[in-house]
Amino acid sequence: MTIAALSSPSLARPTPWMADTRAIWALAMVFPFILVFAVFVVYPVLYGFYLGLKPQAYIELFRDPVFFTALKNTAIFLLVGVNLKFLLALGLSGFFVVQRPMVKFVLLLFLLPWAMPSIPTILSLRLFLHPEWGILNAQIFQWTGQDGPPWLTDKHFAFAAAIFTHIWKSLPFWTLILITGRLAIPHELYEAAAVDGASRLQQFRHITWPSLAGLYITSTFLSMIWTLGDFNSVYLLTGGGPADQTHVLATLGVRYLRIDKLDLGIASIIVAMPFVLPLIIIMVRRLAQSDAEAKS
Amino acid sequence: MKDADGRSVFGDWWLWLLALPILVWTLLPIYNLLVIALSNEKEYLSGRLWPSEPTLQNFKIALTQQHYYLRDFWRQLGNSFFIAASTGIITLFIATSAAFAISRLRLAGGRYVMLMALATYLIPAAFLAVPMYKGMGNLGLLDTHLALILAMVALASPYAIWVLKQAADKLPRELDEAALVDGATPLQIFRLIFVPLMAPSLVAIGVYALLLAWNEYLYAFLLLSAEKDVPLAVALGLFLGADDSPWNLMMATGLIYALPPVAIYYLFRRYMVAGLTSGAVKS
Repeated sequence: MTIAALSSPSLARPTPWMADTRAIWALAMVFPFILVFAVFVVYPVLYGFYLGLKPQAYIELFRDPVFFTALKNTAIFLLVGVNLKFLLALGLSGFFVVQRPMVKFVLLLFLLPWAMPSIPTILSLRLFLHPEWGILNAQIFQWTGQDGPPWLTDKHFAFAAAIFTHIWKSLPFWTLILITGRLAIPHELYEAAAVDGASRLQQFRHITWPSLAGLYITSTFLSMIWTLGDFNSVYLLTGGGPADQTHVLATLGVRYLRIDKLDLGIASIIVAMPFVLPLIIIMVRRLAQSDAEAKS
Repeated sequence: MKDADGRSVFGDWWLWLLALPILVWTLLPIYNLLVIALSNEKEYLSGRLWPSEPTLQNFKIALTQQHYYLRDFWRQLGNSFFIAASTGIITLFIATSAAFAISRLRLAGGRYVMLMALATYLIPAAFLAVPMYKGMGNLGLLDTHLALILAMVALASPYAIWVLKQAADKLPRELDEAALVDGATPLQIFRLIFVPLMAPSLVAIGVYALLLAWNEYLYAFLLLSAEKDVPLAVALGLFLGADDSPWNLMMATGLIYALPPVAIYYLFRRYMVAGLTSGAVKS
């Protein structure tokens, strides 16, 4: 609801009692959400902050080298993983807007990673990359006579594999978003540019990118926030190993829970808040603003 | 790369050349899943590109619960269905009535409810997991299906409200006003005008919440522990407990688990893509 809508109340509100019943009904109907929100979001968050008040947990947390590894990994995951994903999505969306039956068919298959649940597919990747028993290394051995790389037992390979797993899983969704963005660009622009003899690159630079940039940047930020919470791509593929070297912030909580140090799990999230909250606030503003503009 | 002049530059031959790496990348993990699911116990560790004797034995073992890891298969499948369906229905109920209150009844302070919903939607779910686990423990709900269902409802409803409220804003206001003049109560407007007109968005949101709950691993694994209570997602993770687990059985079970969401997804694809992309991101 925009401010404009709030401040123009008496448009077609015949009598005061009608407005009263309306207000009571409105409260009653929003109540179930408020209740769920209060009990299962606000209460756990406040309780989490209360648990996070103990200074001892932070001292212990900062002494744990795994915490700093996880922070570094999270930064790489977001900066490299998400940006690589968006460059791929930008290119792929250009392929998928070509109007051909075969492209539509390829798109249907391309959406499978998004449609399928993470657990079986990530576990499948885990087996595929298994250094001894996986198909990948078996084939490398068969063709070259050499043992393949230790995909999941070397920390660099394992972490790169987790990033690619994340990209594999969420690339279809963001490609779809950019496809909708590209389809919204008026076709006449391209026709006029083609008549003027603009090259494909020039068309991209002067038509596609200016129209797509806002969506591309909003989506990148949004994806970064959600990628912070990507537990599955890391935990199901590497379990945080080898030797706790591939943890990210999303998997740290469960790690501390497992070694019975819940306080540290909470503390690790609170320490991350100064970096996460500004991102969330920026996005709430951006999205709420575009919602208000859409209605005015 | 638009079609109009794309045709002259790109023949279909070029398109297939681009499509090939895309398809290999997309299908490789799924192909691997299939190969292992079709392998017998002698071959699933051999790394063959295709089993020498493909077999459906693994599916049979899963469906008849003939293995230690799969002794509760049907129950766990039932748990997944129950949790997903309950989440879908409760989310739909909560979000539809809230969207109606905010958009049509012009709830005072509705703007703040929307901002709260949006902020919750943007918090990474994994960050809420540990506090939610503690909170559920305090409320005495740990190890109950209700805990997981309510957690999933809490995670699904902010986005649901966001999308439904935007869809509701597009309905003509004159309908409500005409009904009001005719003496309709808000409940009648909700039932007879709002819900029927919103049906396509409601389908999209119901399916969204249902799939979110069906696919969830982290919360299910934290909030439930008894093997008879866990959904299939968690049961699949239990195979990781040992390095020499029967992976061919795990992959066959995983394929069964993946079928309902894929079927639902492709069945409702039209609703999903339109509903979710419009709400998810706006430039």
